Amino acid sequence: MTAPEGQDYVGFDTITQQMERKFLKRGFNLNVILVGESGMGKSTLVNSIFTTHLVDSQGRRTAQEVIRKTTEISPVTQTLEENGVRVRLTIIDTPGFGDQCNNEGCWVPVIKYIKDQHAAYLARELKPFRDRIINDTRVHACLYFLNPGSRGLRPLDVEVLKRLTEVTNVIPVIAKSDSMTSDERTLFKRRVKEEMAFHRISTYPYTSDDDDEEDRMLNASIRDLIPFAVVGSEETIDVDGTSVRGRRHGWGVINIFDESHCDFVHLRNFMLRTHLSDLVEVTAQRHYEQFRTSQLRQIKELRDQQSAAAAAGVLPGAVVPQPPTAPLPHQPVAQV
Amino acid sequence: MRAVTSKQQDVAGSGGTGGAGAARKLNGYVGFSNYPNQQHRRSIKRGFNFTMMVVGESGLGKTTLINTLFESKVYPASDSAGDGSPRGTGAAAAVVPPAGVDITSVSADIVESGVKLRLSVVDAPGFGDAINNDEAWRPILENIESRFDAYLAQENRVNRSKISDNRVNALLYFIKPTGHGLRAIDIEFMKNLHTRVNLVPIIARADTLAPREVELFKAKVLADINYHGIQIFKPVSDQFDDPETVADNRAIAAKIPFAVVGSDRFVDRADGAKVRGRSYPWGVIEVENEDHNDFVALRQMLLRTHTEELRDETDVALYESYRTQKLLALGHVQDGSVFREFNPRARHEEEERLHAAKMHKLETEMAAVFKQKVQEKEDKLKKSEEELHSRHKQMKTVLEKQRRDLEDKRSRLGLPDAVGTAPAASAGTVGVSFVDPAQRNAVSKDKKKNRFF
Repeated sequence: MTAPEGQDYVGFDTITQQMERKFLKRGFNLNVILVGESGMGKSTLVNSIFTTHLVDSQGRRTAQEVIRKTTEISPVTQTLEENGVRVRLTIIDTPGFGDQCNNEGCWVPVIKYIKDQHAAYLARELKPFRDRIINDTRVHACLYFLNPGSRGLRPLDVEVLKRLTEVTNVIPVIAKSDSMTSDERTLFKRRVKEEMAFHRISTYPYTSDDDDEEDRMLNASIRDLIPFAVVGSEETIDVDGTSVRGRRHGWGVINIFDESHCDFVHLRNFMLRTHLSDLVEVTAQRHYEQFRTSQLRQIKELRDQQSAAAAAGVLPGAVVPQPPTAPLPHQPVAQV
Repeated sequence: MRAVTSKQQDVAGSGGTGGAGAARKLNGYVGFSNYPNQQHRRSIKRGFNFTMMVVGESGLGKTTLINTLFESKVYPASDSAGDGSPRGTGAAAAVVPPAGVDITSVSADIVESGVKLRLSVVDAPGFGDAINNDEAWRPILENIESRFDAYLAQENRVNRSKISDNRVNALLYFIKPTGHGLRAIDIEFMKNLHTRVNLVPIIARADTLAPREVELFKAKVLADINYHGIQIFKPVSDQFDDPETVADNRAIAAKIPFAVVGSDRFVDRADGAKVRGRSYPWGVIEVENEDHNDFVALRQMLLRTHTEELRDETDVALYESYRTQKLLALGHVQDGSVFREFNPRARHEEEERLHAAKMHKLETEMAAVFKQKVQEKEDKLKKSEEELHSRHKQMKTVLEKQRRDLEDKRSRLGLPDAVGTAPAASAGTVGVSFVDPAQRNAVSKDKKKNRFF
């Protein structure tokens, strides 16, 4: 670095450069899951955030197509590169979520997928010979899409959010917010926050004690904006000579990068520019660790049970289970 | 007037179809063209009924749209941002989950230019808001059918002078503007209700869709509706409408399903005018601007041009089909004879014919019976004759046997034959006393033989 090369200079401040170089070489993984009904603007939003057409909308195109009866999980992985930094981005779409008349249990495949990724990572971690760099497929962020205009959270939203916030970082979003005026938006956000507090649903970002003042203020401002009222668009429109990314209506043009029009810029900065590494870290430290603790405890209990049974002679020749080499048999149904 | 009298003879024969074909032109002003005006005045005095139902998930703007349509706060809007007062006191009250689908109704008497309208709006809060919405449509269908039942009961009363009609004339179904066609709950609902009510599908919150997206979405919705065979209300023109009305109707029909935006507030437009609309940072959408949304077309159809058609359709088609199904289900049997026209002469002739046929039948019947009886009697007599014959024969044989026995006895005893008692068949007399047994046998054998020939 350009520090005074005097006698007292040690030089460990170059650690940041070294880490940067490592990241450049290695690249990193980012996994985002999109949870919301069909037609909420999930695919368009993702394509807007990354400014490229990454995912196709999975909605019904013709009348002959049958409405999906269960929630499907469809991950799409792409490698993006920007200024030499490579990211393996996986977008996991959930077509069929919340689309049927009876939506009981439509969240089960989603929770199962998230837990499966944790389990896969745990399995690889527990191996005697494990890779130096484990391919991280754990879900780092979940964008949960809310209905614009409803009076706050719907019963389905409450159920799903309660369960999702236990396993991953949830960022609530209103994707088609161009049908709400500013007043309605403020009212809606306030209502949603009240209801989430009432149901004890905690979304990302979380408060933590070792946040410094700057972080705390940033988090507070982010939390103020939740849920993000955004507008997505994949087209660029010509407005007075300048081309903006937005939507053209008969009565006006929405510029999604305009902060007075919608929170798109805030969401993008939050997700990618300020809190990206935090998302990955929190997933590893908080959610994954919780999962790991509960899994290991279960294994221990199972082992104790079996050894007790073997000792009592009920199961002659019972085999004490070895640390699993395959993804663990966690029971998603009982826990969700 | 000669034309009239000459037709009188044909009336009975043609069964009342006189007048079919080209209408006759009159030579002067008669005045019966004033009849519609008389109708008009009478119905204004009586006033109209119109019942509308609005169904859709919460947050789609149903309440706002009703208030906008009737330009008055028919519903007190809960939770509009302008009020600033959220429903309930704080989060605890706001998160009460909807306990199934409610049916609430609001009625208002509205007067415009002397025309009285009794407007009823029926709402179904809680529809589609739960996690399991499989049966969300059922309370609504039951409500509609119970109104039909009430009307049916009134129709069957002895005194029918006062019938109150609260049947649902139109159902506005609010579709979420997803851009992906109809959702499962929409299809379920419409399939179950389209035969009982005039369905008017509406794309709610249309300010989220750009013009091209609106077209695409409408096409997808119509494709879904056609695919599932759902009947929605479409304004049709008939031969009596003038070309302008036909064109208007076609324009309105082309916009179905209507993509609407409602607002019960006035905002300032860019040029300073106050319009009913919604104000965004990027512009102002006007509710009554036809380029911005289809609200005007919806209002036109619902209130200004097709109100009567909606009511008529409810009364003539929907109610009647419900009534038919219900009565058939209860076990009534259709008697087709009531449909034939009443014609006294034809009826008389028919009665005569029937009578003659009946008489003829009776006659043939009696003849047949008579013949049968005669036959029976004959048979009986024949039988008794045969019986007598056989008895006679029997008696004869018995007698002969007796006689022979007697003869034998006599000949054994050696007595002479009784004169006159011998049957005529004896060839050789048996007058000799000492008869040789062999001879006697031979004689008796002869006698026997002769007798039996």
